[in-house]
Amino acid sequence: MPDVVGLEAARELKFRDPARARELAQALERVCAEVGRAPVSVMHVCGSHEQAIAKFGLRSVLPRTLDVIMGPGCPVCVTDLPEVDEAVVLAQDGVRIATYGDMLKVPGTAYSLAEVKGAGGRVEVVYSASQAVEMARDTTEEIVFFATGFETTAVATAAVILNDTPPNFSVLSAHKYIPPVMEIVAEMPGTRIEGFLAAGHAATITGWSIFERFVERHRIPVVVAGFEPLDILAGLVKLVELVRDGTPRVENMFPRCVTPAGNRNAQAQLWRVFRTTGGRWRGIAHVPNGNLRLRDEFAHVDARRRFRIDLQRLWTHAPSSLAQLCICGDIMAGIASPSRCPLFGRECMPETPVGACMVSSEGTCRIWHQYGGHPSL
Amino acid sequence: MSGAVRVAAGVPSERAVTLKHGAGGRAMRRLIEETLTTGYDTAGESAPAWAIGLTALDDGAAIPVGDGWLVVTTDAHVIHPIVFPGGDIGRLAICGTVNDLAMMGATEPLGLTCSIILEDGFSRAELERIHRSMVAACREAGTTVVTGDTKVMGRGEIDGIAITTTGVGLTRAIVPDAGLRVGDCLVVTGTIGDHGIALMAKRHGLAADDVLCSDVAPVNGLVRAALASADGAIVAMKDPTRGGVASCLHEMAGKSSVAITIHEPVVPIRPAVRSAAELLGLDPLQIANEGKAIMGVRGGETAVARVLASLRAHPLGRDAAVIGECVPGESGRVVLDTGFGRRLVAEVDGDPLPRIC
Repeated sequence: MPDVVGLEAARELKFRDPARARELAQALERVCAEVGRAPVSVMHVCGSHEQAIAKFGLRSVLPRTLDVIMGPGCPVCVTDLPEVDEAVVLAQDGVRIATYGDMLKVPGTAYSLAEVKGAGGRVEVVYSASQAVEMARDTTEEIVFFATGFETTAVATAAVILNDTPPNFSVLSAHKYIPPVMEIVAEMPGTRIEGFLAAGHAATITGWSIFERFVERHRIPVVVAGFEPLDILAGLVKLVELVRDGTPRVENMFPRCVTPAGNRNAQAQLWRVFRTTGGRWRGIAHVPNGNLRLRDEFAHVDARRRFRIDLQRLWTHAPSSLAQLCICGDIMAGIASPSRCPLFGRECMPETPVGACMVSSEGTCRIWHQYGGHPSL
Repeated sequence: MSGAVRVAAGVPSERAVTLKHGAGGRAMRRLIEETLTTGYDTAGESAPAWAIGLTALDDGAAIPVGDGWLVVTTDAHVIHPIVFPGGDIGRLAICGTVNDLAMMGATEPLGLTCSIILEDGFSRAELERIHRSMVAACREAGTTVVTGDTKVMGRGEIDGIAITTTGVGLTRAIVPDAGLRVGDCLVVTGTIGDHGIALMAKRHGLAADDVLCSDVAPVNGLVRAALASADGAIVAMKDPTRGGVASCLHEMAGKSSVAITIHEPVVPIRPAVRSAAELLGLDPLQIANEGKAIMGVRGGETAVARVLASLRAHPLGRDAAVIGECVPGESGRVVLDTGFGRRLVAEVDGDPLPRIC
C-alpha cells in the first residue's frame, strides 16, 4: 500500500525545504560575490514571483549585493486608464460587467468600477472567463467580460470565445503580452537590468524558446523559474551564474512544467482569437505589440465594436493631485521602489489606493505593504 | 443600446459603510474608533470606575462588582450559509459569546440573552434545528439562555436569520488582551483557520463536509483548566475570530506596545486547511477561528510547559502549541519567520471572507 502521507511529505519537502533553501541562499551569496561588482540587478516580470518572494520572506535572505526588481509583471497594474474608463462607461450605461476581482478598485480617469458599482452600476466579480459566459447564459441582458491578464489568462478568454458563446456575451479585452515589454525594459535608457527571471506559468504556454531571440538581441540572460521558494532561489542562482560568466542564454529551471515549444494547442487558440497591437501600459510606455485585441473575425464578441463607448464624458475630470505624485511607473520599470514614494503607506493604502500597484494583490506596492519590502526584519 | 440606465457618479466610498468595515481589520477598527465608541461617558464622577470599557475594544467589558468583576459581552451573528460543516448559526451564536466572556477570564457564564431577527417565510423546521443546536451548545458550555427577544421582518428585508447574544459572567481576575510584555510566549490552543476555510470550501463546493470542518466550540472549559494550572502566568488572552490570528496578534501587540515574532513551521494547521487556503489564495493566519484562543504566557519554560500540558489534556486543546514570542521593536509589528526568511504579517484588508460569523 502506498504511504500517502509519506508521498505528500516528499512532495512538500521537494520545494519547501528550509534546509535546501539555506543551501541555495548560500550558493547565491557565493555566486554574487564571484561577479565581483555590486549591485547585480535582475528583474522578474511576474506578480506571482513577487508574491512568492514576499510570502516566504525570501528578500530577507537574498545577498545585499543582489537587487531583485519586480518589473511590469502585474497585469492589473499596467491596465491603462482609458481601458478602465471603457468598462466604467459601459457600466454607467447600465451594461453588466463581469471582471476579475482585482480590477474593481483600479482607479480610472474619474471613477473605479467599484465606485460605479457603489452607485448602482452592475459590476460582478468572476473567477474565470467561463464563469462570465455562464452568467450570460442565465440572462438575456448584455454581459461584457472585462478581460485582463497576460498570455496565461488570455488563453482562457480565447478558449471560451472559440467555444460558441451566447449572443449577449462580449469581451472588452485589456489583455497584454509580456515578451514585447521585456524589450522595452531592456532598451530603456539607464536600465540596470542584467538578467530576467521569466514566469514559469506563462512559459508553460509560450515555451522557453520564445526568449531566445530576445537574448540574442539584447545579450541579457533569461531564466525560466517556478513559484515555490526553492524554484525561485535556484532560478536566481542560475541567473547570476549566467551574469557572472557573461554567457547570455535561456535556461529552463522549471522543466517539470515548461518545454521549449510550450503548449502548441493553447498558442494556436490564443493567436486564432487575438492579434497584437501597440498600446500604452499604465506607467510604462507605449509598448509596440504589447496589447492583445480580438481579430476581425471575432467582431461579434468584441465589446468595442458592439457598443459605442464614449469616453469623452469622463475627460472633464482632472486627474487628482495625488495621482500626479504616484510613482507606479518608475516602480514597474524597476527604477524606484515603493519606499521612495511619498504616498506609500500614507495617502496610498490598500483601502484607498492612489496607484494601481497598491490595488492588485500582485502589485509591488500592495505586496510591500502587506509583507514588508525590507530585508531588515 | 436599449434599456440603458445612466448610473450616477459614484458615492465617494469613504462616506459609505462597506463590507470591508465588517471584516475585522483596520477599516473596521477605524470605523469603530472614529464613530461608534465616541461620545459615551467613560470618565467623570458619576460613571463607574470602569476597568475595561467600550474604548478598550476588548472582547467584552468588565464592571467592578464586590471584590470581583462582572464581565459583559455581546455579539451579532449573520453567517452564510446558516448551516455549515461542524456547526450552524445557533451553535456559533452561543459559542461566540461564551468565548468572548472566557477571553476576559469569566469562564463560568451566568447566563446569556438571545435576540433573533427572522425573515418572513423562514422555515419553522430550520428554526427548531437551530434552537436545538443552541440548547446543546449551552449544555456544553455549562450555561443557559435566560431572556430573549424575537422580531420578524419582511421578505428581502433581512437574509433569513440574524442572532445576537449577550453574556454575563463573574471573575476574580481579569485577563485583558493588552497584557503582553517583551519575553512573553504566545500559545495557540489548537489548529488555525478551520472555521473560515470550512465556510469557503462549503460555498465553493471544494471538499466533503468531513474534510474541512469548522472548529466552532465553547472554549470556556479549556480556558478554565489553563487558567487554573497557570497560576497567574497567562497574562493576556484573545480569540482569533474575524481577521484570524494575524489581526488578533496585531491588536494584542499594538495595545501592549510590543512586537511579536511568529514561527510559521510550528503554527498548527491541518494539512487540508493548508491546501484549501493555498488553492483559494488565502493566508491561514488571516482566517477566522471560532474555537481557539491565543494566550500570552509569562514565566519562562516551566510556566509554558504547565500551560501547554493543561491545554493538551483537554479534548479541545490537543494541538496547542507555542507559536512565537514578544520581542522588543516597533509597537504592534508582527513578523513571521517562514523558515525560508522573514516578513511582516499583514492584517486583513478588504473582505476576503464576508459573513463568516
